[in-house]
Amino acid sequence: MNDRNKNSTQGFDATVMWLYAILVGIGILCIFMVEYKPGIDAFQSFIGGKTNYSKQVIFSGICIVLATFILLADSKLFTAFANLMYVFGIVLMLATFVIGKNISGSKSWIPLGGGFNLQPAELCKVFTSLAIAKFLSSQETDFTKLKSQIIATAIALMPAVLSIAQHELGLALVYLTFFIVMYREGLPPGILVISFSFAVLVVATLLIEPNILAVVLTIIAAITVYTLRRQIKRKKNLLPIIISIWMICVGIQRFVVPYIFNNTFECYQSTRIYSMVGKEYDCSQNKKAQKSSKPPKKTDDYNVRQSMIAIGSGGFWGKGFLKGTQTRGKYVPEQHTDFIFTSLGEAFGFVGCAIFLGLYLFLLFRIVRIAERQRSTFSRVYAYCVASILFFHITVNVCMTIGLFPIIGIPLPLISYGGSSLLTFTILLFILLRLDADRQMVLR
Amino acid sequence: MSVYNQSRSRSIQIIFVLVFIVIIGQLIHLQIFSSKYDILARNNAIFRKVIYPDRGIIFDRKKRAILENSIMFDLVVTPNEAKGIDTAAFCALLNIDTASYKKRIHDIIFKNTAVKPSVFEALLSPEMYSKVNENLYKFPGFVLQERSIRTYPYNVGGNILGYIQEVDTGFLRRHKDEGYEMGDYAGYTGLERSYEKILMGQRGIKQLIRDNKSRIQGSFANGEYDTAAVAGKNLYSSIDVELQQLGEKLMTNKVGSIVAINPKTGGVLCMVSAPNYNPNYITGSQRKKHLGELLLDPRSPLINRTIGSKYSPGSTFKTMVGMIGLAEGIIDVNSTIGCTGAYLGCGTGKPKCLDPGTFKLTEAIAHSCNTYFATVFRRTLDQPKFGSADSGLIIFNQYASSFGLGNKLGVDLPSEKRGNLPTSKYYRKKHGSKWQTCNIISNSIGQGEVETTIVQLANVMSTIANKGWYYTPHLIDSIDGGDEYGLLEKFKEKHYTKGIADTVFDAVQDGMQAVMDFGTGSGFKIEGITVCGKTGTVENYDKGVKQKDHSFFGAFAPRENPKIAIAVICENAGFGATYSGPIASLLIEKYLRDSIAGKERKDKVESMTKTNLIPLKMQIALERIDSIKRAKLKPVEEPIEEDSTSVEEEVAPSNSQQEGLPGNIPAKDTENNKKKSTAILPNTYKKNSLKKNAKPKR
Repeated sequence: MNDRNKNSTQGFDATVMWLYAILVGIGILCIFMVEYKPGIDAFQSFIGGKTNYSKQVIFSGICIVLATFILLADSKLFTAFANLMYVFGIVLMLATFVIGKNISGSKSWIPLGGGFNLQPAELCKVFTSLAIAKFLSSQETDFTKLKSQIIATAIALMPAVLSIAQHELGLALVYLTFFIVMYREGLPPGILVISFSFAVLVVATLLIEPNILAVVLTIIAAITVYTLRRQIKRKKNLLPIIISIWMICVGIQRFVVPYIFNNTFECYQSTRIYSMVGKEYDCSQNKKAQKSSKPPKKTDDYNVRQSMIAIGSGGFWGKGFLKGTQTRGKYVPEQHTDFIFTSLGEAFGFVGCAIFLGLYLFLLFRIVRIAERQRSTFSRVYAYCVASILFFHITVNVCMTIGLFPIIGIPLPLISYGGSSLLTFTILLFILLRLDADRQMVLR
Repeated sequence: MSVYNQSRSRSIQIIFVLVFIVIIGQLIHLQIFSSKYDILARNNAIFRKVIYPDRGIIFDRKKRAILENSIMFDLVVTPNEAKGIDTAAFCALLNIDTASYKKRIHDIIFKNTAVKPSVFEALLSPEMYSKVNENLYKFPGFVLQERSIRTYPYNVGGNILGYIQEVDTGFLRRHKDEGYEMGDYAGYTGLERSYEKILMGQRGIKQLIRDNKSRIQGSFANGEYDTAAVAGKNLYSSIDVELQQLGEKLMTNKVGSIVAINPKTGGVLCMVSAPNYNPNYITGSQRKKHLGELLLDPRSPLINRTIGSKYSPGSTFKTMVGMIGLAEGIIDVNSTIGCTGAYLGCGTGKPKCLDPGTFKLTEAIAHSCNTYFATVFRRTLDQPKFGSADSGLIIFNQYASSFGLGNKLGVDLPSEKRGNLPTSKYYRKKHGSKWQTCNIISNSIGQGEVETTIVQLANVMSTIANKGWYYTPHLIDSIDGGDEYGLLEKFKEKHYTKGIADTVFDAVQDGMQAVMDFGTGSGFKIEGITVCGKTGTVENYDKGVKQKDHSFFGAFAPRENPKIAIAVICENAGFGATYSGPIASLLIEKYLRDSIAGKERKDKVESMTKTNLIPLKMQIALERIDSIKRAKLKPVEEPIEEDSTSVEEEVAPSNSQQEGLPGNIPAKDTENNKKKSTAILPNTYKKNSLKKNAKPKR
C-alpha cells in the first residue's frame, strides 16, 4: 500500500511500520529476558500484568491506538497546532517544578495516578520538533540570516535549559541534536567544525595537565603565527584573531571547564565524565557536593563495568535466549530501562548486536530518504528532527553501555522499558508517517 | 528550497554510518577479541558449589559401626525474610534473651548481608531440634539445614579412629593436587588420617548461577557441567569394640596403653591409650572449646601412647635375650645359672636380683631373674667368633629387629615411633671404640637404652606365639570395594624371624607359661586358659629424678593355637604383676570367652577401674590449672547477684564428682549427655584438691 501508489494520500510507509513493529517486539523480548526467572510460569505472570514486560505490552497496545488516531488525523492539524503544542509542552515542564514527583533524584515526572507517571521532557521532543519544523518552514524565515538561526537555536534549547533545571542532563543533551537538522537546513558548517574543535579542547582539558595544555596551545599558536607571518604582514587583523582564539582556548581550558565541572555539574556527573577518560574526579572541589553534607563517594564505575562484562561475555554468537548469566543474576543495574542493550548483547552476541544495529541504521536511512522526498519544508525538517533524535538516543545509549560515553539516563528508542519513552517515539514516528502520506501537499 | 543543501543529506548519512562503525568496532573489541569479559562474567555469576559426599564408615570385626555419620541440624536464618516475627516467642523457644537475639541478627547482617542465609545456631541438640521443628512454621525466614557430622556410637577409640578437622594452609600445600579447598575437612589423626583418601570419597561440583547479591538462582546450563559426588568407602577393621570398651574402662585414671593383636592375622583387636577421651566430645558445636581443653590437659590425652610413646621394655625383654641365647647355642633349656642376689660379673653388683637361687631358663623367666639374663646377654655378645662386643651387638640387633624392634612396624596409624635398638656405632661414640658388654649390661634386662613402643611389644608376643613369624599389626582388614590404592598390601606380607628354631620358642613359651603357673604372674591366672606371659617392672627417670616404676605385662593365649597377643603398660604404677598383669588377664578372658566369669573376676574389673594411677606430677599440673580457673572466676562471683547462675554451674561438677560421676566438663553437658560423660576424662583427684581448698574456710 506504499510505493506503488505514491500519489495516494493513504500511502503510509510500510517499511517504517514494519521496522517499528519489529523493534517494539525485540524490546518486549529483551525486557522478558531481564525479568525471566526459571520455575515461574511465564504465561501466568504475563497475564497477571505485574511484570514489566506485560506492562510494556500494555503500553504498546496504547501506542497502537494512539498511532491509529495520528494516522487518521489531518496533516494540517500538526502544522496548525505546532506552536501551541510547543507552548503547552513548555508549560508542562514548568509545571513539574510545582507538582513534580521525585523519581530517582530528578523531579521531572508528573504523576497521572494508577502508578503511571508522565515525563513532559520526553513529550517535549515531539513538540519541539514540530515547532522547529514550523519555524523553518514559515515563509518569513530566511535561515541564511543570523537572526533566524538564533531563534531556531532558542526554540531548540529552551526545553534543554528546563531539563537541566530538572537535573535531567541526558534529556537536555537530546536537544543539541537539532543542530543536525539546522545543518541540513543551511547552518554554516563552520559552526559544526568549531563545536567539534571545542569538544576536542574539552576532552584535552580533562586528559592533560592544565599547565602542559596551556604550553601546548601557546606553541600551536606560535607555530601558526610563524607559518602565517607573510599573510599577517599583508592582513593586519589576522594576528589579533589568532591571539584572541589562543586566549579563548586557554581561558576555556583553565577556567571555563573547571568552573562547569565544579559548579554546574553534580558531583556524580563530573565523576562519570572523568571516569570515561580514565581519571578520578575529586569531589571535594565540587560546590554542590560541598553544600550537601554527605561525604563524597568513591569513584564507582560499577554500572559500566557490569554492562561491559555482560556484553563482552556474549562473545560472537551469544549465550542464547534466556541463558545469559549476567542478565539472570541481575548484575547490570537498570537493565530493563537504560541498559537493555546488555541483555541483547549477552544473549545474542556480536551477531545479534550487529543485526540489531543494522535495523536501526536501516530505519535512520529510511527516514532520511523519506525526508528528502518531501515537497514541504515542514515535513522535511520534521523528518530530520525524528532522525536526529533517534540517532542521538541510539548512539548515546549504546555507547554508554559499551563504555564509550559517560552514563546519562537516556533510553534506547522503542526497546527500553518505559511508557513515556515508547509513547514519545511512537508519536514521533507516526506523525512522520502521517506527514509522509501527504508528501505531495505543501504544508506550512 | 528542497534542492538547496541536498548534498548535506549525504554528509548526515555519512555521520550516521561513521558513528555506527565506531560502535561496531567497540563491539568487536568487547565481544570477539577480549576474553577477559567472559572470565569476569563467570566469576560474577557462576558459583561452584562443592557437594560433599558422606565419609566412609568404619566397622569393627563383628561389623558393628564404630565410626559413622549422623545428621545434625543447623538453624539457618535469612534476616530479610525474618523481619516481623514474634521475637519474644522465638527467644523463649531457643532459651535466649531478646538482646542476644538482636545482637546475633545484627552480627549476621554485618558478616553475611541480610539477603543470604546464615547459620543462627549451629548443631542443635536433639531436644532442641524437635522443639524448633514443631514451631518453625511460625517463624518465616528460619529453616533447619542438615549437616553431616562424624559420630562414634560406642564412645571409644578416639585415639585410634582419630578426628577430622578443617584443613590448614600447611595441609593444602602438602596436598596440592588432591582438590582440597579452604574450609574443607580432612582426617587429622588416627584412621581418619591414614585412610583419608578412601574415607573422603569423591567430591562433586555443582555449577550454580548466583545473582548480584550472591543468591542462588538455579543450576547453570541445566547441570551439564556438574559432577556427582561419590560416597567414601567403608573400612572393616579388626578392632573388637567390646574389648576396646573394656580396655578403656580398665585404664580409667591411668596413664599408659594396651595393644592386643590377633597373632594369626596381625589385626589389632584393641588399642587403648590412656587417659582416653570420648571422641564424641570433640564433634558438635562445642568442638573447638573441647579440643582446646584436651590439648591443654597435662595428661596429654590426645597422644596415642600405643605407638607414640616409647619405653624401656624391662623384664619383658628378657624373653628376647633368652631366645637369642638359645638360638646362638649359648645356653640350652637345662643350663643353670646361679644367682646370689646380684650380678657380679661386671663388678658393680648390678643389676640386682630379687630372689636368689639357681635357675634353668624356665624358672629364670618365671621368676624374672636378672642375673641369669645378664649372664646370657654377656655370653651372647662376647662369643669368641664375633671377636668383639661390637660385632656381637650387631648380630644381637639383627635378631631383635627381625621381631620388629628398633624400626617402625608400619602400623596404619600416623606418627608411629620407631623405638630404639642402640647400635654399636652409638656405643662407640658413647663409651669409646673399646667398649665392653659391661657398659651396656642394663640392656639385658630391658633397661638401659633399649626402647620399644607398646605395639612393638605386643608384636613380639605375637611372634613368640606364632613361633617365628608375624604380620605387621594393622587396624584395617579390608576396604569396601577393594583396596584401590594398595594400602593394605604390606599387611599381607609374612615377616619371619632370623633363624630361630621352633624348640627355642617352645622353651621360651614354657618359661612364659611358668610365669603364669607359679611365677610372677600366678596371681592372675585364668582358669581353663593356658596363658603365656611375662611381667615387667621398669625403672624410669624424669630429668634425672627417679619416678615410680612403670608396670609392664606382655602375654599371649592360648598357648596352643594362639588367638590373642597383648601388651599392657601402666606408667608410674609399680609392679607389673600388680596392675598391667591383671588388666591383660581380664582382657584375654573377655576376648576368648566373650565375658568375664565369676564374681571375683568381675569385682577385679571394678576395683581396677577405680584405681587411680595418675602420676603425681600430672596431678599437680592439673591442680594448678584448676586453681587458675577458680581464680579467674572469683571476680565474677563477687560483684552482682545476677551472675549466680554461672557460679552454680561451676559448683555443679564438684557435686557430681562426689557422687562418683567422673568428668571435668561443665554441668550442663553432663546433664545433656550423661551417656557420653562416663567416658570423658575422669579426674577424681579433683575431689582432693577441692577438699584441700575447703579446709581454710572451715
